[in-house]
Amino acid sequence: MIILGISAFYHDSAAALVENGKVRYAAQEERFTRKKNDASFPVHAIRFCLSEAEYSLNDVDAIAYYEKPFLKFERLLETYYAFAPKGFLSFAKAMPVWLTEKLFMKQVIRKHLKNIGALKKLSVPIRFPEHHLSHAASAFYTSPFERSAFLTVDGVGEWATTSFGMADRTEGVRILGELHFPDSPGLFYSSFTYFLGFEVNAGEYKMMGLAPYSNASSKNVQHFVQCIKQHLIDLRPDGSFQLNKAYFAYPVGLRMVNDRQWEKLFACKRRQPDAPLLQVHADLAMAAQLVLEEILLNMLRHVKAQTKARYLCMAGGVALNCVANSVLHAQQVFDDIFIQPAAGDAGGALGAALAVAHIGQNTQPETNHTPFSPYLGVKSSHHNIVQLLRTHHCTYNYIENNDDLMQQTAHHLAANKVVGWFRGRAEFGPRALGNRSILASASHPEMQRTLNLKIKFREGFRPFAPAVCAEDYDTWFEPGKQSYYMQFTGKIKQAKRIPLPGGFEDWSLDEKRQFPKSALPAITHIDYSARIQVVTQEINPDFWNLLQAYKKVSQVGVLINTSFNVKDEPIVNTPEDALACFMKTEMDVLVLENCIIEK
Amino acid sequence: MEFLRDFFLFLKERKKWWLVPLLLIFLLLGALLFFSSGSALAPFIYTLF
Repeated sequence: MIILGISAFYHDSAAALVENGKVRYAAQEERFTRKKNDASFPVHAIRFCLSEAEYSLNDVDAIAYYEKPFLKFERLLETYYAFAPKGFLSFAKAMPVWLTEKLFMKQVIRKHLKNIGALKKLSVPIRFPEHHLSHAASAFYTSPFERSAFLTVDGVGEWATTSFGMADRTEGVRILGELHFPDSPGLFYSSFTYFLGFEVNAGEYKMMGLAPYSNASSKNVQHFVQCIKQHLIDLRPDGSFQLNKAYFAYPVGLRMVNDRQWEKLFACKRRQPDAPLLQVHADLAMAAQLVLEEILLNMLRHVKAQTKARYLCMAGGVALNCVANSVLHAQQVFDDIFIQPAAGDAGGALGAALAVAHIGQNTQPETNHTPFSPYLGVKSSHHNIVQLLRTHHCTYNYIENNDDLMQQTAHHLAANKVVGWFRGRAEFGPRALGNRSILASASHPEMQRTLNLKIKFREGFRPFAPAVCAEDYDTWFEPGKQSYYMQFTGKIKQAKRIPLPGGFEDWSLDEKRQFPKSALPAITHIDYSARIQVVTQEINPDFWNLLQAYKKVSQVGVLINTSFNVKDEPIVNTPEDALACFMKTEMDVLVLENCIIEK
Repeated sequence: MEFLRDFFLFLKERKKWWLVPLLLIFLLLGALLFFSSGSALAPFIYTLF
């Protein structure tokens, strides 16, 4: 049975192809159109999935769209009705799109699919699993568990903003409880993203990276936490909560919050996007992060009490908050937590297809004995790469033997060169996991600054993530949850840390950033944390070999692994994208499969 | 027709019949906006009101 999963029209549209219950290909539309978080119908991603599998649309047995448009429309109408006459502007803006397009999703999907290819089987069913069911299926069916609880947390799907339940290979996925709009953990967090001048639905991870520049136990942070709990949110013992709607504008407004009330509450002006970041912004980011962690921990305890499960799967945009994930894991409410790499809405395409493939079917899906591979996207042939390099008159060195390629690349990295690394299939999900990565030395003290300013052109305060072979994890990091997909953070080993000098807390954000905090300064965040990618030979043999080769040359088995893109651009997809990115930055070396290009 | 059938089944399942008049008004308003912007029906719409 071949199922095509689709997510589209909100943000991060994507397509996934599932055959006989197994995920074959998946890709985000933004990688093809080069528009960050592209929400348009994933024409290119669908074409890619079908052509890789050598199928046409006529071979597809069912199409799965990742949410229920009617239910979402019901939520919109009821919300506008409840808040009327407030929200008329937002209502007038939303309705035309709904009444001409989104409400007629079946017809819209068919129309778009017709442009991709003949859809002879007009009777091919289009299924609409609920948004949170899609998230839950994406988390559970890619996990190694036979049976587990799940918790899905995001901005909003149809009505649900949070859901939990039980999932079982035999019995399927059962939702046991939900929290409904407008009480939303995701939108609560995004409200702070907005207030701190970052882009909503895109800048949340920047805010997460900003928070550690503050001190969780400082007076200011504790004051903000009190303000939030006293005025913005009412936390309940069962893990649910209620937001104080007087402070939030997002239910029917065009803004996230009521700016004036927030400015009065926090005695701080809303930060404009280009304004400098001050300590107060980091304090507020930390307070929001702490409250989010408390919300999630309450939920986790409730899920445990209700399900008595040993394991937990998580999905939804909030499950991409690796700092909160690590706090949850450290509390050991569950024996283990699994979060697949595309936990956000792009993963909804995958989840919708998996839900249709498994739920209500008579077949029992097998337990996954190997880790879920995130390498589901575009791959390039040697022929295409050579042709591209010749067209652009690039001088390149073709190295046929993989071991030689790893050694040469390792030597470049050891010489503190920045390497664009393009090999194998593109990753599915927001993180580059060693196939579309920019790699560099993690031990060089200036590397963070060089990468941020000369190559990524992004905010200087943001840390870089490390990649390390599983065998070397304990050498560099404290024992903790190891993740193949950078969904958790870990701490740098005590012995590798450099103690912070006296008065450090009073330093400016930039001074704090510049101080080397460990033997791996480029990947050590201000609180000695790092978002670690653990690499095994099984999950990514090429990348594992490179890390091993680098270790032999440099004695350090850790590399910076940052996504192969520049600020506000999607990760590169094709060799053309990689070459263009290489040419417009100060990257030193580009590896395109087995071709090395040096500047 | 498929849309109407699906929407009817949705309303039945959710027991949200009160949405019907609201939706009809929206659809009529939508149609009015559509036809009033440059269609052959435009000259007659003003006189209707």
